[in-house]
Amino acid sequence: MNYKNQKILVLGSGALKIGEAGEFDYSGSQAMKALREEGVKIVLVNPNIATIQTSPLLADEIYFLPVTPEFVVRVIAKERPDAILLSFGGQTALNCGVALHKSGILKKYRVAVLGTPVGSIILTEDRQKFADHLKKIKIPIPESGATASAVSAESIAKKIGYPVMVRAAFTLGGQKSGVARDLAELREIAAGALAVAPQILVEKYLEHYKEIEYEVVRDRAGNCVTVCNMENFDPMGIHTGDSIVVAPSQTLTNEEYHGLRRAAIDIVQSLAIVGECNVQFALNPKPKGEKLEYYVIEVNARLSRSSALASKATGYPLAYVAAKLALGQILSEVKNQVTKVTQSFFEPALDYVVVKIPRWDIEKFKGAEERIGSAMKSVGEVMAIGRTFEEALQKAVRMLHSGAEGVTENGFGPDKKSLERFLHIPTPKRLFAVAEALKRGIKAERIHELSGIDLWFIWRINNIVQWEKKLLKHKKLGHDLLLKLKQLGFSDRRIALLRKTDAAEIRKLRHSYGLRPSVFQIDTLAGEAPAKTNYLYLTYNGAHHDVSPLGKRAVVVLGSGPYHIGSSVEFDWSCVHTALSLRKYGKQSIIVNCNPETVSTDYDMSRRLYFEELTFETISEIYEFEKPSGVVVSVGGQTPNNLARDFSAAGFHILGTTAANIDRAEDRNKFSALLDSLGIPQPLWKSFVSMSEALRFAREVGYPVLVRPSYVLSGSAMSVCFDNEELRLLVEKAAVINRAHPVTISKFITGAKELELDAVAQRGKILAAFLSEHVENAGVHSGDATIVYPAQKVYTATEQRILQIAESLARDLQITGPFNIQFLVKENKAFVIEINLRASRTFPLLSKATNVNLADLLVAAFFGRGRAPKIKYPDYVVVKSPQFSFSRLQGADPVLRVEMASTGEVACFGDTFEEALLKSIYSSITFSPRKSALLALGGAVNKKRFLDAARRLVAKGYKLYATGTTHRFLQENAVPSKLVSKVYEGKKPDVVDLINSKRVGFVVNLSEQDEGPERHHKEHVSDGYLIRRAAVDNNTPLFTNSLLARAFVRAVTSFGPKDLKIKSWREYTESNLHE
Amino acid sequence: MKGKLILHNGMEMEGESFGFPRSVAGEVVFATGMVGYPESLTDPSFAGQILVYTYPLIGNYGVANAKSWESDKLQVSGLVVSDYIDTPSHYTSKRTLREWLVAEKIPALVVKDTRLITQTLRTAGSMLGKVVIEEDLEFADPNKRNLVSEVSTKKVQIFGKGKYHVVLIDCGTKRNIVDSLVARGMRVTVVPWNTDIFAKRFRFDGLVVSNGPGDPKMAGAAIKTVKKAMARGIPIFGICLGNQILALAAGGNTSKLKFGHRGQNQPCLMVGTERCFLTTQNHGYAVTKVPKGFRQWFINANDQTNEGLIHKERPWFSVQFHPEATPGPWDTTWLFDEFLKRLPKA
Repeated sequence: MNYKNQKILVLGSGALKIGEAGEFDYSGSQAMKALREEGVKIVLVNPNIATIQTSPLLADEIYFLPVTPEFVVRVIAKERPDAILLSFGGQTALNCGVALHKSGILKKYRVAVLGTPVGSIILTEDRQKFADHLKKIKIPIPESGATASAVSAESIAKKIGYPVMVRAAFTLGGQKSGVARDLAELREIAAGALAVAPQILVEKYLEHYKEIEYEVVRDRAGNCVTVCNMENFDPMGIHTGDSIVVAPSQTLTNEEYHGLRRAAIDIVQSLAIVGECNVQFALNPKPKGEKLEYYVIEVNARLSRSSALASKATGYPLAYVAAKLALGQILSEVKNQVTKVTQSFFEPALDYVVVKIPRWDIEKFKGAEERIGSAMKSVGEVMAIGRTFEEALQKAVRMLHSGAEGVTENGFGPDKKSLERFLHIPTPKRLFAVAEALKRGIKAERIHELSGIDLWFIWRINNIVQWEKKLLKHKKLGHDLLLKLKQLGFSDRRIALLRKTDAAEIRKLRHSYGLRPSVFQIDTLAGEAPAKTNYLYLTYNGAHHDVSPLGKRAVVVLGSGPYHIGSSVEFDWSCVHTALSLRKYGKQSIIVNCNPETVSTDYDMSRRLYFEELTFETISEIYEFEKPSGVVVSVGGQTPNNLARDFSAAGFHILGTTAANIDRAEDRNKFSALLDSLGIPQPLWKSFVSMSEALRFAREVGYPVLVRPSYVLSGSAMSVCFDNEELRLLVEKAAVINRAHPVTISKFITGAKELELDAVAQRGKILAAFLSEHVENAGVHSGDATIVYPAQKVYTATEQRILQIAESLARDLQITGPFNIQFLVKENKAFVIEINLRASRTFPLLSKATNVNLADLLVAAFFGRGRAPKIKYPDYVVVKSPQFSFSRLQGADPVLRVEMASTGEVACFGDTFEEALLKSIYSSITFSPRKSALLALGGAVNKKRFLDAARRLVAKGYKLYATGTTHRFLQENAVPSKLVSKVYEGKKPDVVDLINSKRVGFVVNLSEQDEGPERHHKEHVSDGYLIRRAAVDNNTPLFTNSLLARAFVRAVTSFGPKDLKIKSWREYTESNLHE
Repeated sequence: MKGKLILHNGMEMEGESFGFPRSVAGEVVFATGMVGYPESLTDPSFAGQILVYTYPLIGNYGVANAKSWESDKLQVSGLVVSDYIDTPSHYTSKRTLREWLVAEKIPALVVKDTRLITQTLRTAGSMLGKVVIEEDLEFADPNKRNLVSEVSTKKVQIFGKGKYHVVLIDCGTKRNIVDSLVARGMRVTVVPWNTDIFAKRFRFDGLVVSNGPGDPKMAGAAIKTVKKAMARGIPIFGICLGNQILALAAGGNTSKLKFGHRGQNQPCLMVGTERCFLTTQNHGYAVTKVPKGFRQWFINANDQTNEGLIHKERPWFSVQFHPEATPGPWDTTWLFDEFLKRLPKA
């Protein structure tokens, strides 16, 4: 069939969350690229405004709306697409598509589902039906049973025998799953899983089995290949998203490899998949007979996190190929995008090894459990490529940017018992525990026994440990020893540390020996055919370069590394658009990044892609090899920005603002002096090295105070303290975290408004500047805040003053390129909190909100060719909402604080603030139609301020539930509400039971601190915590900020879901087009 | 111990010896499979060759007992890998790869930049070379030797008890070809490559011509036997070298490929259909002229070279790839069933 000029609807995955992150921007973007080549008209629904796919580069019409049936049906009615693609937007898109199919909407509007038949998707999503299907085709599955009740879960478990694995159906990334070793554990896990899913699966727990995955593609003619197989470093029991993964498998024989491959293909054939499918196996490492003994544990009939990783690991663009197959092409017709001479019916042969390590930020969530298991907790990942396992592993460890220079560097104390615990209980630290145990001489077999990790991996890590010991013994660091260490992935810095010297010395020595890494290509065929693309990595296990330097034509653009709290897809947007824009100035872009979830690491986004570490050592090797005309450090977030000084010292040319000026802005002392010299107000602050001085200062300026170390991105260790005791506690903690830097304490201004200014300047002169406003007052991290553009409640005089401040700072710092300033405004006086001389998190948001591509503008500024765009004041409003993943982090307290906790964001357009806000909130939480709310309002001020909102709710027919004092307050003010008892009162049913019963539409829980952040050094098992946690665990929307809660009530009482307009991005911004 | 890989074009690469410490000369070829080193190292088609694995980590799962091998000994002349793993982990492993190589006196080198060797062979074509450990030696072209006669069985052997009787001309057969036939109810008589099977006057239902090393034109006796079988209308199934022998017997022609196909990911299109199969391959020569009466059955989807022949009327077919796999994908094992179907009804 010819799809030229046909209209195809693509569903995105919404905000980044744990279990569904940047990988779907990557697969969606790639699929859309493939469709575009065929002349298809693409309509996209995705409220994730920071993504690359939501740009006119890839889509014809973009709807920033929730990916839910309620909204998508209205998009279908309006756009009347010919077909729909369901498998490129993760579980969110798949669930939405299945719902549209089941409700008959797709049939009604004659929308064809392309790719894998919906029936197959539905089959794979129903655990019991799918288990029956697999049995029918003689594929072994672990003994199991599916049920919708906790009681029958118990009898299933009894039949199978403990330990059992409990999984929730229809959820992302194994949410609420877990291993139960006895009845009590089973009851707890089953109850948790049934709270989020209608069905649970209880199955045999395959302890210490190997976990192996295959990525399979199949076309309509039944041609089928497995593009990649991957082996988990961790044995069964840990979600693949939380596992260290190696590609290709390392410990499988030919029979095992091809036996599992065959089973994967048989499954895919039986489902008549057209496109991509992922099959996960558990393999018995020691079967009794000598026969292959395995079980299928999961099948995903869509692009997944693993398929994104497989694409990056092999160079085979799975999403691109899957999209072509969905259009009816066959595999051998689709050209191999790397070689351009071969085609897509083949299985890539790797001549390197790939290691993926997840990045967890569990410590950023107060109260969250560190243990990892069958429910995913990581927020990002890195991928490293090497020619030895050791090289790839050590690179990956550094790519995490967690401070470790290699696998042997870890903070384990001398206590043997705790070390064994870390080997036995899986946590993010287990890899390091293995290295430490080997260092201390614990036998590999013992480590294997405790961890279940295959001995092969343990022996490889031992190789690293033993060579490190050799390094310590040798007096002289000769050529051969240094080469060997580099081949095993040791960094200059790690070697320097062990030799008690600095990295620069090792680098000098290394260069004097002529030891430089080779530049190798990923070519999908292990060198059998030459590659046309430039997907590259560095290795010391080589003696030649596959490419020659690009020289002065080239510009290096640094990406952001692994996604983590505070750094995510928005930096990828800036990175990609900067790279694309460089073409206009005759430059060839070289992207360096190490995050497999990104679009920037898709090899056709740049002239050259180095899938490499964002460290000085690596980038300087690339720079010295390529000899480019410069490097861009300002579009990849804080990680590349931090390298500016080193680059400058090494004589590399930084495009845009100079390193010296970046330092003047980043260094708090220098920046503060600068503000003073320019007469710009700032909150009172001071740096301290001694506790007594800190306490004296805090008393002088008055509590609360904001406490933080220097050079932070998303406020790690940043906190608000309300008294001496809290300050003492926190500072002692912060000092441990970062001894090198003094602790900074500033006056925390309560009840202040927070504003963000994003701008691009050229030689100190601003070309464009946009002001946006936080809905919440200062005290909520800007990444967690609800942000509105244009600012709604700022006096013109204040706005003028803010612009003046920005102009004088731009001038003084001689800014060329992007920058962002955060302001506090209290009583119309603007204070500067901080400035960042780089593209901020809000860059893509503002680019889309204003239809001015700020990445284009900043590149123009780099070359002195920027012109101020004409900007009209918009006749619409854009609201950004944060996406939290608290439900996936057991125990975490879901409150907003100065430390960032959100994992992603969405943004929607509306004619008014309320309309945009409501769409945006609906995009970031599962909303229920129940017209009821639970109010637990702490403190007199909070109660009083919410009274009007409570009245509005009642007037609109909402039923209100309220706890003790809130109930009394409402009663006094003649607002009807039903009293619910708090947990500590001991009366059943209590407030938690009420939430569990799912009778509550949303929860408003405000803490006592008036409009300020939560006090958090107290024991958190308070009623407030129990209420918040119950809300999150039941997928019930929760508001903990008074201003946001009231804004929401205003919005939800003004607009029914049908009143929200279905307007595309083009329709909103067309009138705003600039020349 | 240090050693060197020296190519005929003068390229020299330093390496660390991990096999038997002796020098050897042969033809240097590369293979791209990522698993199955015990299977490929025992594949007789590699006779006379110094094999370079493009996948860097080799030795990971040790060496299992001889049951899993494709013949009863190591067949390569020498081995080159990038990262030899001496600490295998697998329940079937009986010894390390090093121990095996030493026991069978096969030299092996760790040369870090195996990618450079691959690229050199890809550009210049397969090349003579030598592994030099201490003592140097002359280059030697194994294709000038009758490699088939070196690897073929010396005596007639019978396998299986099925009701069909097939003769397998052993030009260096992989064990799994025999096993695949036996598994489908065939009794297999394996004969030396140059046996005149019609002189013996024993009855058989079909003829299989196996894989094997080197230039097919060196296997004159086998070509003659196939000609005779065709004259008698006996069903024929050729595999790899067998494909080339059938072509030559029927009046076609063969020639040497630039660097051959050696790997487990070679795509073969079934001509006239939309079906494509992933196959294991190990050959340096290919059919370049399709004999009269035959048509191309499969072609390589990447370079369009011949991957199989089928007669338009008679029960004769052959494939250039390895349907028996080991190592490699099991996607074309159905060819053995096809052969079975063509045998006369008992």
